[in-house]
Amino acid sequence: MKSIREILFPLAAVAAAFLVGAVLILAVGDSPVRTYELLIGSALTWPDGIGYTLFYATPLIFTGLAVAVAFRCGLLNIGAEGQLYIAAFATAWVGITFAGLPALLLVPLCFLAALLTGGFWGAVPGVLKARFGAHEVITTIMMNFIAIAIASYFTQYHYKPPGDALLETVPIGENAHIPRMASFIPGFPERIPLNVAFLLALVACLLVYLFLWRTRWGYEIRATGANAAAAQYGGIATGRQIVLAMAISGALAGMVGVNEVLGYRYRYYDSFSSGYGFTGIAVALLGRNHPVGVILASLLFGALLRGGLFVDIFTEHVSKDLVVVLQGIIILFVAAEALFRGSFVKVGRRA
Amino acid sequence: MSEILVVSLFFSMIRLATPLLLAALGGLFSERSGVINIALEGLMLAGAFTAATVTHYTGSPWIGLIAAILAGSLVALIHGVACIQFKADQVVSGTAINLLFLGVPALLSGALFASTGATPQLRQDQLIPNVPIVLAFGLVPVVWYVLGRTRFGLRLRAVGENPEAADTAGVDVTRVRYLAVMLSGALAAIGGAYLSIGQSSLFARNMSAGRGFIALAALIFGKWKPVPTMLACLFFGLAEAVSIQMQGVSRIPVQFIQIIPYVLTIVVLAGFIGHSRPPRALGLPYQKKR
Repeated sequence: MKSIREILFPLAAVAAAFLVGAVLILAVGDSPVRTYELLIGSALTWPDGIGYTLFYATPLIFTGLAVAVAFRCGLLNIGAEGQLYIAAFATAWVGITFAGLPALLLVPLCFLAALLTGGFWGAVPGVLKARFGAHEVITTIMMNFIAIAIASYFTQYHYKPPGDALLETVPIGENAHIPRMASFIPGFPERIPLNVAFLLALVACLLVYLFLWRTRWGYEIRATGANAAAAQYGGIATGRQIVLAMAISGALAGMVGVNEVLGYRYRYYDSFSSGYGFTGIAVALLGRNHPVGVILASLLFGALLRGGLFVDIFTEHVSKDLVVVLQGIIILFVAAEALFRGSFVKVGRRA
Repeated sequence: MSEILVVSLFFSMIRLATPLLLAALGGLFSERSGVINIALEGLMLAGAFTAATVTHYTGSPWIGLIAAILAGSLVALIHGVACIQFKADQVVSGTAINLLFLGVPALLSGALFASTGATPQLRQDQLIPNVPIVLAFGLVPVVWYVLGRTRFGLRLRAVGENPEAADTAGVDVTRVRYLAVMLSGALAAIGGAYLSIGQSSLFARNMSAGRGFIALAALIFGKWKPVPTMLACLFFGLAEAVSIQMQGVSRIPVQFIQIIPYVLTIVVLAGFIGHSRPPRALGLPYQKKR
């Protein structure tokens, strides 16, 4: 019965959100059926729809996992956005500075930069929480702004190509590029930026699953999240687990930099993230903080991001902002799940 | 530094502190009652958009301001229902509201004005550039008085520190919290309205640009007390004023000044300069025992 509820609640939240969204679409004067057809339909075409959906889902899997790992430790990481920004910049910095290195060295070095920088940016709020009791929600929010400002400072003052109107760095070395899926799938167009990072995201899901449910440290993280006082009493160094969970969370968010910099734009681009860190919260919540759920939720939100572009163009009034609105409503419904509890527990019992 | 520069810096500071102060005072009510309000950003956007839109259609900024207050209270009510009635995680609900009101104004302005998130330009005589400033700073002693010297203030603090005890003493915890959350929405919305029909003359997409979070920072920096919170808002306003004035003139990058409020908040939260203790029941839903 528990597993039925795990699936039914998120589905109910999504359905309810689409219902509220439909009212909004009607209110602005478009047809909900046609809008949703565009939104979902344009995400399912081959190769563009599916290719782009998976491409948009990639950063969301990473940020969704990031938020989920922290959640399992009883922490809310609102800082994935900052962690992915600072990590993406560090990735680009390594890719630019050591551009001369062979790919075999440079690519792992870039990965390391993404993981370590993201991990560090996550660990700091972890330490502040474990050592000084500073609430991670506030510190991660503040560190988002700091990360974005630092990355934007270095981009603007030190790494911008002269005369470039955009706020972006010079390109990374070609040896740092990671292959696009076009290299593996015959007939898959090169222009779709879906790349190896998507496969890495799936691997990350498996690793997070194994870590959380099959290792001692993972167990200790979950124990800390379930009941910190009891875990402490049971001999778990909860402070250390908090720092560890936040570091892992930050490192996962940092992997977005790999997808963006090494697989897509081949440079750091200021404000490249369309709120991936915040959507990660929606992904984790909807996915019940489980790697499999994270994948499914990422696919849904990836499809919405893809479909949103078509809604923007092909409807009279509705803009792609509908997607953000849907995300917000979904989070709200998932958060207030007691709303559904009354009616759906009965369904679960009958089944 | 010339006198003119100092004077202009001073007024610039006051103007920039105003939206922060209004939102922070709003946050103060909500958080002192025990409900985390990281939705200030979304509430400001809701207020800014409503104020500009209603002023555009009615021609009166006063009606616009009142509409913004109503809109802010209603949006805050969503947060309240989620957190108080359905015991949702308050941070998560706040995040949802922020996302929602990044999108809703853009969606509606697309339909109303065929734009991607901006409302039409208002006339100069349709703006209220000074009233929100007076309101913001005038409210500080009022909030101080209400919080510390009235029955409502006492109940508010009791509910935020120890809801069980307050309940036992006959205080309706749920009612006080709803009231506090809606009040926070109203105040944050006035702060937002100031942005669209005070400082500028239209609503632009995401025009609060993180001010809701700086207001939150000021609230923590001010230890959830009205006067210190005002001082924090003034300080953050000054930082922004300096960074605007220095743009293009000084060699110090603006980014360094922009991050001051955020760094300070972390420093304060970590207890490096004076400890900032949140209300004891902050973030905890209250379940009445039978």
